[in-house]
Amino acid sequence: MLLSVENLQVQFGRLQALAGVSFSVNRGEVLGLVGESGSGKSLSAMAVMGLLPLSGGRVSGGSIHFDGTDLGSLSPKAYRKIRGGKVALVTQNPMTSLDPVVRVGQQIDQAALLHLPVDRTEAKARTLALMDRLRIPNAEMVYTLYPHQLSGGLRQRIVIAMALAGEPDLLIADEPTTALDVTVQAQIIQLLIELVQERDLGLVLITHDMGVVARTCDRVAVMYCGRIVETGPVEAIFASPRHPYTRALIGCIPRHDMAPGDLVGIPGVVPSVAAMPSGCRFHPRCAQAVSRCFTEVPPLSAAGDNHASACFLTDQPGEAS
Amino acid sequence: MADYVLRRILALIPVFFFVTVVVFMIVHLVPGDPIDNLVRIGVTPEQKALIAARYGLDQPLYLQYWRWLTLVLQGDFGSAIVLRRPVMDLIRENIGYSLTLGGLALCFSALVGITTGAIAAAWRNTLVDKSIMGVVLLGSTVPAFWLGLLLILLFAVTLGWLPVSGAKHWTALILPVVTVGLGGMALVARVTRVSMMDIGRQDFVTLLHAKGVPAWAVQVRHVLRHALIPVVTLLSLRIGLIVGGSVTVEYVFARPGIGSLLIRALGQRDYPVVQGCLLMLAMAVMIGTLLGDLVQAAMDPRQREESR
Repeated sequence: MLLSVENLQVQFGRLQALAGVSFSVNRGEVLGLVGESGSGKSLSAMAVMGLLPLSGGRVSGGSIHFDGTDLGSLSPKAYRKIRGGKVALVTQNPMTSLDPVVRVGQQIDQAALLHLPVDRTEAKARTLALMDRLRIPNAEMVYTLYPHQLSGGLRQRIVIAMALAGEPDLLIADEPTTALDVTVQAQIIQLLIELVQERDLGLVLITHDMGVVARTCDRVAVMYCGRIVETGPVEAIFASPRHPYTRALIGCIPRHDMAPGDLVGIPGVVPSVAAMPSGCRFHPRCAQAVSRCFTEVPPLSAAGDNHASACFLTDQPGEAS
Repeated sequence: MADYVLRRILALIPVFFFVTVVVFMIVHLVPGDPIDNLVRIGVTPEQKALIAARYGLDQPLYLQYWRWLTLVLQGDFGSAIVLRRPVMDLIRENIGYSLTLGGLALCFSALVGITTGAIAAAWRNTLVDKSIMGVVLLGSTVPAFWLGLLLILLFAVTLGWLPVSGAKHWTALILPVVTVGLGGMALVARVTRVSMMDIGRQDFVTLLHAKGVPAWAVQVRHVLRHALIPVVTLLSLRIGLIVGGSVTVEYVFARPGIGSLLIRALGQRDYPVVQGCLLMLAMAVMIGTLLGDLVQAAMDPRQREESR
C-alpha cells in the first residue's frame, strides 16, 4: 500500500472532528473520498499532509503510513520532505491557491528546487516540459505571467503542475474541479486520470460529486460526519449501495431520463462537530432509521468483496433511491 | 512600468496647482497681517498702507497669487516680510535638520515596526505578542512631546548617557528620532501583525506549506512580502510628516527645522514664509504618495494593471 490511514482521529481542542477514519490507496489507483461539506474529507487530506497545526487541529489517534513509513513518527523536517516531494496537494480554488505576486512559472520551479537535485535552469526546463504535458498553450509565455492573468482552468493546471513538479508518488486532489466551469471540469479530471496512469501515481480524489466518482475512481470511501460509512470498489458501490447515505448521494446525480421534480436532495443538514447526534450520525436524516440507530454506533461490516458498510441494515441491499 | 511611472507623475501637475491655490488662500484668509509685526504701536493708517504697498499687499488677491505663483515656478519663494531674507534661504537652512530627524524617524518606524509586528504575528497570542502589543499601544497613545520630556528626564538628566537637546553631535539625534518615530512604529507594527495574520489564512499559504516550503520561509519570503503592501501605503503617507510633522518635538529638544520655522512665521503672519513652508509640506506629501504607489506597483503586479 502506498498510503494507508488506520483509525485516524483528529481533534480541535476538545472537539473530535474525525472519529476513526481508515482508507488506503495503491499506486496507479484512484480512491474517491466522497461526502458533503463538513464530512471530514478535507480534514483527512490535511491530516495526511501533516498540516493540521495550521488550523489548530491535531491527530489524536490512529496512524498514517506512507510507503511503509509512519508519518506520525517523523520530525517536522522529515515531514516537510514528504510534503510536495512524496505527497502533493491540489486544492479546491485555483483563484486563491497561487501566490498572486509571484510568476506562475517560478511557483512551479519552487517545488522542483525544494525536492529534486536540480538547479534553476533545469527546474525551469522541467517546468516548461510539465506545462506542455498539462496542455498549457504557449508554456514559455505563460511561465512569465502572474496568476491573475490566467483563466481558472489554466490556473488549476498550474496548481497541478506545482503539485507534480516535486515528483510525488501520491496526489491528493481536494475538490479540484469545484471552482471551474463545467466544460473545464471534465478536462482537468481527464488530465488527472492520465497522469495517474503515466506516472503510476496514487490519487485520492476528494469530491462531493458522485457523477465524477462513477467516471473516474477505482474505489470509493463515503464519509459522513468524520466517519467512513461505506467503502468498496466503485462498481459495487454504484450497483448495490448498502448505506442509506450512499444511496442518497447517488440519488443526487441528475439523469437525463428523470422527470422534472425527480431530482431530490438529502433532507436536513450535516450536524456541526459541536453537536453530533448519538448512535449512527446519519440517523436524524435517515428514512430507514430504527431504534438501534439512535443509541449504537454501527460498525463497518463486510457487505461483499472489499465492500463494507457501517449500517445495521447493511444485510438488506437497497436500490439506489 | 515606465509608462505607469510617467502617468503617475503627470497626474501630480494639476494637484500641484490646486495645492498652491489652497495654500495661498489659507494664509491670506487668516485674520491679521504681517505689517502689524513690523511697525510700532501708534502708526497712522497711511503709513501702514505705504508699507503694505511696498510688499504688494494692497493689490487684489488674485494678482498677489499670480505674482507668487510665477515666482514659485521659477524656484523663488519670495522674501520674508518680517525676517527680511529670501524664503528659499530660510527653508534651505532648516530643511536639513527636518529631513535628518524625519527621515531617521521614518526608518526607525519602518524597521522596528515591521520587525516587531512580524515577531508578534509569528508568536501570536503568546507572552511575546502581548508584550509587543502592549508597548505598541503605549507608543500609539502617548503624545510625542510628553514622551520626549520623559526620555530626556531618564536618558539625559538621570542617566546622563545622551545630550538633553541641540543638534551639534549625532548622539543628540537618538532621543528625538525615537520620540518622533515611536508613534509610526506602533502603527506599522499593528498593521504588519494584522496583515500577516490575514495573509497567513489564505489558501496559497496552505499550498506553500503543502509544497514543502520551510515554515520560516513561508512567513518571511511569502507572507511578510504580502503583508508589507499595506505597510508601504502607511509609510508613504507618513513621508509628508518627515518635513514638518515634528514641530512639538523640535521645540522639546530645541532643534531647528521647518516645523519650528513655520510656527514662528505663522505667529508673525509672515505670508511668504508660511506659504513656502506649507508648499514644501504639501510637496512632501505628494512625493510620498507617489513613491508609495510606485513601490506598491513594483511589489504587486495586480496594481500595475488596475490603474492602466
